Amino acid sequence: MTHNFDTVIIGSGLAGLRAAIEAAKHGTVAVLTKLYPTRSHSTAAQGGIAAALGNEEPDSPEWHFYDTAKGSDFLGDQAAIEVMCEDAIRTVIELEHMGVPFSRTPEGKIAQRRFGGHTRDFGAAAVRRACYSADRTGHAILFALYEQSGLQGVKFFDEFHVLDIAVEEGGCGGVIALEIKTGEIHMFSAKATLVASGGYGRVYKTTSNAIASTGDCLGILFRTGVPLQDMEFFQFHPTGLYGLGILVTEGARGEGGILVNREGERFMERYAPTIKDLAPRDMVSRAIMTEVREGRGIDGRDFVHLDLRGIKRGILEERLPEITTFCKIYMGLDPALAPIPVLPTAHYAMGGIPTDIDGRVFKDEKGGVVEGLFAAGECACVSVHGANRLGCNSLLDTVVFGRRAGMEIGRFLKSAEPGGIGGDLARRTVEGHASMQGRSGTEKAPEIRSELQKRMTDECSVFRHREDLEKLVAEIRALERRAAGIGIKDAGKRFNTEVLEAIELSHLLALSEVIALSALRREESRGAHSREDFPKRDDVNWLKHTLAFRTEKGIELRHKPVSITKFKPVERKY
Amino acid sequence: MKNCTFRIKRFDPERDAAPRWEEYAVQVEPFQRLLDGLAKVKDSIDGSLTYRRSCAHGICGSCAMKINGKNRLACQTLVKDMPDTIEFEPLPAFPVIKDLVVDMDPFFGKNGEVLPRLINEEPPPERERLQSQEEQHRILEAITCIMCGCCTSSCPSYWADRKYLGPAAILKAARFVLDTRDRAIGERLKIIARPHGIWRCHSIYNCVEVCPKEIDITGHISKMKRMALKKRG
Repeated sequence: MTHNFDTVIIGSGLAGLRAAIEAAKHGTVAVLTKLYPTRSHSTAAQGGIAAALGNEEPDSPEWHFYDTAKGSDFLGDQAAIEVMCEDAIRTVIELEHMGVPFSRTPEGKIAQRRFGGHTRDFGAAAVRRACYSADRTGHAILFALYEQSGLQGVKFFDEFHVLDIAVEEGGCGGVIALEIKTGEIHMFSAKATLVASGGYGRVYKTTSNAIASTGDCLGILFRTGVPLQDMEFFQFHPTGLYGLGILVTEGARGEGGILVNREGERFMERYAPTIKDLAPRDMVSRAIMTEVREGRGIDGRDFVHLDLRGIKRGILEERLPEITTFCKIYMGLDPALAPIPVLPTAHYAMGGIPTDIDGRVFKDEKGGVVEGLFAAGECACVSVHGANRLGCNSLLDTVVFGRRAGMEIGRFLKSAEPGGIGGDLARRTVEGHASMQGRSGTEKAPEIRSELQKRMTDECSVFRHREDLEKLVAEIRALERRAAGIGIKDAGKRFNTEVLEAIELSHLLALSEVIALSALRREESRGAHSREDFPKRDDVNWLKHTLAFRTEKGIELRHKPVSITKFKPVERKY
Repeated sequence: MKNCTFRIKRFDPERDAAPRWEEYAVQVEPFQRLLDGLAKVKDSIDGSLTYRRSCAHGICGSCAMKINGKNRLACQTLVKDMPDTIEFEPLPAFPVIKDLVVDMDPFFGKNGEVLPRLINEEPPPERERLQSQEEQHRILEAITCIMCGCCTSSCPSYWADRKYLGPAAILKAARFVLDTRDRAIGERLKIIARPHGIWRCHSIYNCVEVCPKEIDITGHISKMKRMALKKRG
């Protein structure tokens, strides 16, 4: 089946929906999601969205800008960070007007709490900047945006899995997607295509990310020649439930929770004397892993405790109900009475599709763009998060840059040529897909996937080393060769999730190779990328972005400079 | 490790004339989720087993299914809380697409009927609309709904009348009716008080029993009935 839209958006999380609301003012919009919109992983975001509203104590966008730049270990592009922080207050107020049910202060304003790395007076002390709806902030915003987008006449294609994006001759003409329910392949011609497909935490074994977070569109675009930026920077959230990786929001520490080791010591006092447990995530994750490595994990094991017993039960129930329930269900413990076993969990990709501040996708390191192609949200790299994202800045990023991309699409549509998908590409995709159903082969996708996830976790997590990374690159390539021989038992067309999982695996493999190679090349430690063989940050050689390209000779790494407008890089202390 | 038998009701529309039961021996840890067990079956026994899943921790609502006679999320039900033999069926009352996957379009469609969005055409203030903590608490339960479908699919009134809005859509209406910022309360109450609306609810409480978010859905429906009556009187 063939469809024609002015704009096609892939992904129905916060970035995709906010862009859809904007783009719908300028033409027809289709939103494609491989789930249902309300199931998008934005719904799992817990703690809040950052904005210097100053509802609870004095705050300013400039302090927010400084914190974000410093949090990024100075790899974030400051021109973009300033745009985001300056737009934060308007963004959150607009969300409230759209119906987001924020928690409230006694005066009836949007309630705010402390979060990691957010400070007043350029680092003097933690500040209440996170606007929240209990610990279900992502869910609250996702539902409001979904509800509002319905009003704008956005057409949703639920459970459509994107197989290819038509990037041909320097421009993008649309999207090829599988209707999962029927097995039918649809061609979506579009003047503008926006990728807002989220993250790819499933390259790791232990992750807070949904099973659907497999980075399909990044894999597809990389295949077509679009570069991927700063892929070596992957955030590990300090507090994943031990063994499961389910997220326990930083808001738990914002409300007074503390991390302790086997000696009962509040160890963050040693690592970040000023803001302690509210240091940025990269630092807290390294601190936890260091405690564990030096034998100070609980009972000498590989976890520490997150202790919320100092928080009144009333506050837990009012502001942290979701994580309280998670602890009860999955760990069998009541956080008001017992400490929670936690370990860092793969959480957020700072890297992704390189874009400018209006969502236009760069095709090279010199600033050339792919006509008609846009990206926003976790899959994109603007870059506002640099080497390490601050908590609550991801939701802000999605809404600010989703909206900006939607507005830019509006301008682009005024003079855009009609979209279209080349016959060759369409034929190749249809034939390629059909050949996967019931394909014979001796290899099993789930086995390759779990092997990949284990290798990535063991060799490319919080701490990295040349020897591990070199080994990892070879292992990933071996797994890619094995993946060519995957067999599929399910020969049906309808709802063939076995085929979809094999496709997702191909993207996980491709992205893992880019992550490992980018990490191997960057010989310094910055933000979430911590090389044991190069423990210092090296601004002389490495204050620059990585861009990975797929070429005929394999993956090629190039670089581009960082935008530094206001805050000169200094040593990061908290 | 615990040895479990997973009995799964399977149906492949391209091969089966009617659903069939299959049994699988699965080894699982007591604190593992039933969803982990299903993944074990799919990954190592039968790759064609089909079910929905995504977040795996009770927030996206994808893996709602009928487990040992009760609608639940497979990701929020642990092995330790179940007997050794566990039966999995698709959610009742929705058309089956394949194995444990049902067509959710009718379910989401109901939602669209109740004006599911904040409506307030007054010029917005420069800052947020004020709402007291007590006022915000009135919608606290309703906003936690994850649209998994457990409630509507468990409702005997819905089984008997597929035109009935069902508990989830009425809860969605309540979420806005009870929001002090909304200005379309009368219109919404009118929609849900029509035939196949709130009066189809006979307070059977199945929805409350199965809701994975422990929302008092019947309580919300009763509140809507009361408000609709007062509005009429």
